[in-house]
Amino acid sequence: MLLSQLSAAASPLTQEQVQKLQGLVAELNPIQQAWVSGYLAANANSAALAGGAGTQAAAVEAAPLTILYGSQTGNAKAVASQLKAQAESRGLSVKLVNMADYKTSALKKEKFLAIAVSTYGEGEPPEDAEALHAFLASKKAPKLEGVKVAVIGLGDTSYEFFCQTAKDFEQRLTNLGADVVYQRAELDVDYEELATQWIAGALDVFEPELKSQQDAATNVVSMPSAVASASSQYTKQNPFAAELSVVQKITGRDSTKDVRHVEISLDGSDIRYLPGDSLGVYFLNDEALVDEVLELLAIADDTKVTVAGESIAVRDALIEKLELTQSYPGFVEKYSQATNNAQLQALVEDKAALREYIEARQIFDVIKQNPAAIDAQSLVDCCRKLQARLYSIASSQTEVEDEVHLTVGLVEFDAFGEKHFGGCSGYLANRAQEGAKVKVFSEHNDNFRLPANDDTPVIMVGPGTGIAPFRAFLQERDAREAAGENWLFFGNPHFTQDFLYQVEIQGYVKSGLLSKVDLAFSRDQAEKIYVQDRLREKGAEVFAWLEKGAHFYVCGDATRMAKDVHQALIDIIKAHGGKDDEQAEQYLKDLRSQNRYQKDVY
Amino acid sequence: MSTEYKPNSKLDPNAKFADNERLKTQSNYLRGTIEADLKDPLTGGFTADNFQLIRFHGMYQQDDRDIRPERAKQKLEPLHNVMLRARMPGGIIKPSQWLAIDKFAEEKSMYGSIRLTTRQTFQFHGVLKPNIKEMHQMLNSVGIDSIATAGDVNRNVLCTTNPVESQLHQEAYEWATKISEHLLPHTKAYAEIWLNGEKTETTEEPILGSTYLPRKFKTTVTIPPNNEVDVHANDLNFVAIADNGKLVGFNVLVGGGLAMTHGDVNTYPRKADDFGFIPLEHTLKIAEHVVSVQRDWGNRVNRKNAKTKYTLDTFGADAFKAEVQKRAGVEFEPSRPYEFTHRGDRFGWVEGIDGKHHLTLFIENGRILDYPGKPLKTGCRKIAQIHQGDFRMTANQNLIIAGVPADQKATIEQLAREHGLINDEHTVQRKNSMACVALPTCPLAMAEAERYLPELVTQVEGLLDKHGVADDSIILRVVGCPNGCGRAMLAEIGLVGKGLGKYNVYLGGNREGTRVPKLYLENVGEDVYLPALDELIGQWVQERQSDECFGDFVIRKGIVAEVKVSKTDFHA
Repeated sequence: MLLSQLSAAASPLTQEQVQKLQGLVAELNPIQQAWVSGYLAANANSAALAGGAGTQAAAVEAAPLTILYGSQTGNAKAVASQLKAQAESRGLSVKLVNMADYKTSALKKEKFLAIAVSTYGEGEPPEDAEALHAFLASKKAPKLEGVKVAVIGLGDTSYEFFCQTAKDFEQRLTNLGADVVYQRAELDVDYEELATQWIAGALDVFEPELKSQQDAATNVVSMPSAVASASSQYTKQNPFAAELSVVQKITGRDSTKDVRHVEISLDGSDIRYLPGDSLGVYFLNDEALVDEVLELLAIADDTKVTVAGESIAVRDALIEKLELTQSYPGFVEKYSQATNNAQLQALVEDKAALREYIEARQIFDVIKQNPAAIDAQSLVDCCRKLQARLYSIASSQTEVEDEVHLTVGLVEFDAFGEKHFGGCSGYLANRAQEGAKVKVFSEHNDNFRLPANDDTPVIMVGPGTGIAPFRAFLQERDAREAAGENWLFFGNPHFTQDFLYQVEIQGYVKSGLLSKVDLAFSRDQAEKIYVQDRLREKGAEVFAWLEKGAHFYVCGDATRMAKDVHQALIDIIKAHGGKDDEQAEQYLKDLRSQNRYQKDVY
Repeated sequence: MSTEYKPNSKLDPNAKFADNERLKTQSNYLRGTIEADLKDPLTGGFTADNFQLIRFHGMYQQDDRDIRPERAKQKLEPLHNVMLRARMPGGIIKPSQWLAIDKFAEEKSMYGSIRLTTRQTFQFHGVLKPNIKEMHQMLNSVGIDSIATAGDVNRNVLCTTNPVESQLHQEAYEWATKISEHLLPHTKAYAEIWLNGEKTETTEEPILGSTYLPRKFKTTVTIPPNNEVDVHANDLNFVAIADNGKLVGFNVLVGGGLAMTHGDVNTYPRKADDFGFIPLEHTLKIAEHVVSVQRDWGNRVNRKNAKTKYTLDTFGADAFKAEVQKRAGVEFEPSRPYEFTHRGDRFGWVEGIDGKHHLTLFIENGRILDYPGKPLKTGCRKIAQIHQGDFRMTANQNLIIAGVPADQKATIEQLAREHGLINDEHTVQRKNSMACVALPTCPLAMAEAERYLPELVTQVEGLLDKHGVADDSIILRVVGCPNGCGRAMLAEIGLVGKGLGKYNVYLGGNREGTRVPKLYLENVGEDVYLPALDELIGQWVQERQSDECFGDFVIRKGIVAEVKVSKTDFHA
């Protein structure tokens, strides 16, 4: 929403407040506006946590449709927002709340609940959903008889436990007595169309009862975070064609890893981001591979196909529109049917074997290893829409203004006698020329934010490309001359080759911005040393920092590192805080509920 | 005692000392904050003063200059590492020691090589900070250290390798060792820092003084007629005088040195002055007091004027000599006659008077490494595994397998041949050519030297062949900068790096190493100096007198003027 269109009627502000805000905004440049938006968001978040927001209390009595979302990459949140907008347009009373901010004590007052939740890793809830997910299965959970529930799940079919968290929520709510009034949706990464359909269907079910209950005033409460995220016309659906200005390898020539520092110009867009946000990047598939596939399948380049209602040459569709690297079961299933491949069909029946099969292959490989007579449209129909890849932003706009920086690990591996590259990282590192246009959008992540108070110390654990958001944090804290101490834990295989942003970090140590740095180069000595080992070594001090209010951030690998760091924290809290396992877990839960333990893991 | 003598009254007491003097003064006898730097995980380098102080412990901080710009773009610091130069008086190393350094070079250095150098020792190149202490501890475990092989101290003492006159060599070698030890720093900083030695307080440096010497100081013990060590490149030389094969004393030559600075006419290479003869018993006392006079009289204000050679030119050689005599309580006797006839190593087998056999191997550039088809390092290792004598590193960067009993000759020769350590195709010209390390590791290098030498020699071989003297040779030396390591300033043809691909070409040194060459071409590339050399070599072949060497020819013909007194002639 543009501020010029803002009116008291369409916002929770009074006319006087609207005028004041318009007056202030007129004086601010876009970067200042972005900063203010973040400031207000953080401010409102902490106020809400302290139980301060008066508007929220007023909303509770009205028994609106409460939309709870638990999002990891922003998809569930986007669906939830869309649900809210659709409900409002039908004149329904709705309340949109991040599960992380939801007070479980409010549960027993709910009458209508919509759940939008994603699943990540091996069937785990996103971090924001963890507490509520656990609470619903605990003995403390209240009876929910008569509560009407609908659940929409988001996930990725390339993972084994697809939409597991959505299933869990529905099951747990049902166990507490709630009624499922609309069939659960389980949506893959190209969820948009089906989500729209599900929202319409679910609202059709909720609408009559909700309307009949509407005796109170309309209670629409926007979450404060909406202020920060409503800023750009460029979105996932409408990305900005940005200039790729720098792609620089930042690992040494003898490194086993190829990590690129990428700089993209946002000049000409109104995209604003905050440290902690991610950038969605659309990419082009490898033309050489597309040509190879077309030749193999004897499909002419210029054969017209229809993709999402648009007529396009098959070669262009395969390069620009469709997913050809990240494999998932659905493709194998559709392709096996379209090509009548008995072997593949048998594979589809064996979940474990299929999972192993797709883990070892990109979609290109599946096609190349199973050439068949297939027409262009059928091939295209087997593929799902190409999904933007999200990268944690490695810069702060207070420092780089119109640019956005990323730290991209090039995915590369040898298989079937050929070099394979990740779709987007391969595009950025190998195929895109500097100066090329790349379609991007910013994805807000209010669950990974610097403390609102600049005096608060922060501990940042970011091995490998997990350093990215902390480069943004450091730039931001530097520009803000934040007085709070900063402590960085970084790790990678080798000091001489893999010390990402070494010279910058040395500079920050010298200037005093970084109060402490602990490094774990796992392969520089006989025994492997990781960031969690460094954390344990400094356990007493880490605990002391937590006790004095430090925020603790983790970014990077979700499957191992983040878990190992979590365990290290538990051990530290036990050892230095004199707590048992349960108390230590509670300590971390409390940190999390105070937004002082935040993760950006993938 | 260091406090006994006053600085020379000609020195301005109010002059501002060079910054190196400050850092030595503040170093707490060479300790600095090296230990803190070793624990700093953010950088592979040493900071501030420690960067200089580690030199006194035998190390230079370097980096791979080839990839410096690349790493800057990668937001990585330069690939910092250290080069270590061992202290090996007289260049003698035992097979057991060889095996230990071979293993370390292979496993813990970036380049994997053992680099023999003009200071008769070996260098490790590319040792990363986390491996430095282990390196010193490994060396210590086999009886080697690297104390004072760099920095403003008396560095590794050279000794002619002459294996033939076994007894004379043994005596000379023992003196080299004694002089080295006598002039070592007394601080225990080395053991404390690198060997985890007990912390002790150092309160004085009786010979070097608490601020050490004004500049580097080089010493040799030399057995004529071979001038392998190049006496005129050294501050202090003990030229062995023998009577019936028995060492009786030394002529003492003081004030040689080759380092200079491009564009600074106040710097120049200079030959040493002969102070006279001393009997053996005064050797250490004279060594100590040549050092102590240089310590007190040397220029601590301008490091480019700080070496002994300039001290002699500033105060007069006679005044310097008189002060040495006064302090040592010893009068120099008139010089005894001696003659230098050559500088090169005698390749192949020789038999010593003790009946042992010695094999001198030509090591191009002194770089012992396994090259494709030429596994020199493996060859040396295999020889070390069976060898009963010792190895001697020559001042020409070659290697002698010394003290081989007759019955082992064949085996050792076979190993040497199998591993490319003997190559009959190497010309005399190649064997008389030398280069310093230069790029990519040496931070001072302005041009290539070691990496360029093989190719340059091939060019010069071609010229000799073209003019029909393929078996003749010219002493050819290439250095990456004018600091003197490769001793180009005593070559018949000396190339001194000015910039990438550009050299100053000096002509007119002689075979014996007793004449400093003079500038012939300035800042030129191959396109200029190769045609020039072609013409000069052609002229030399046509017009030389009997076996007149190239350097003598260019002087006689006036192609360059002879440098008799460096201070006045070199830049004239």
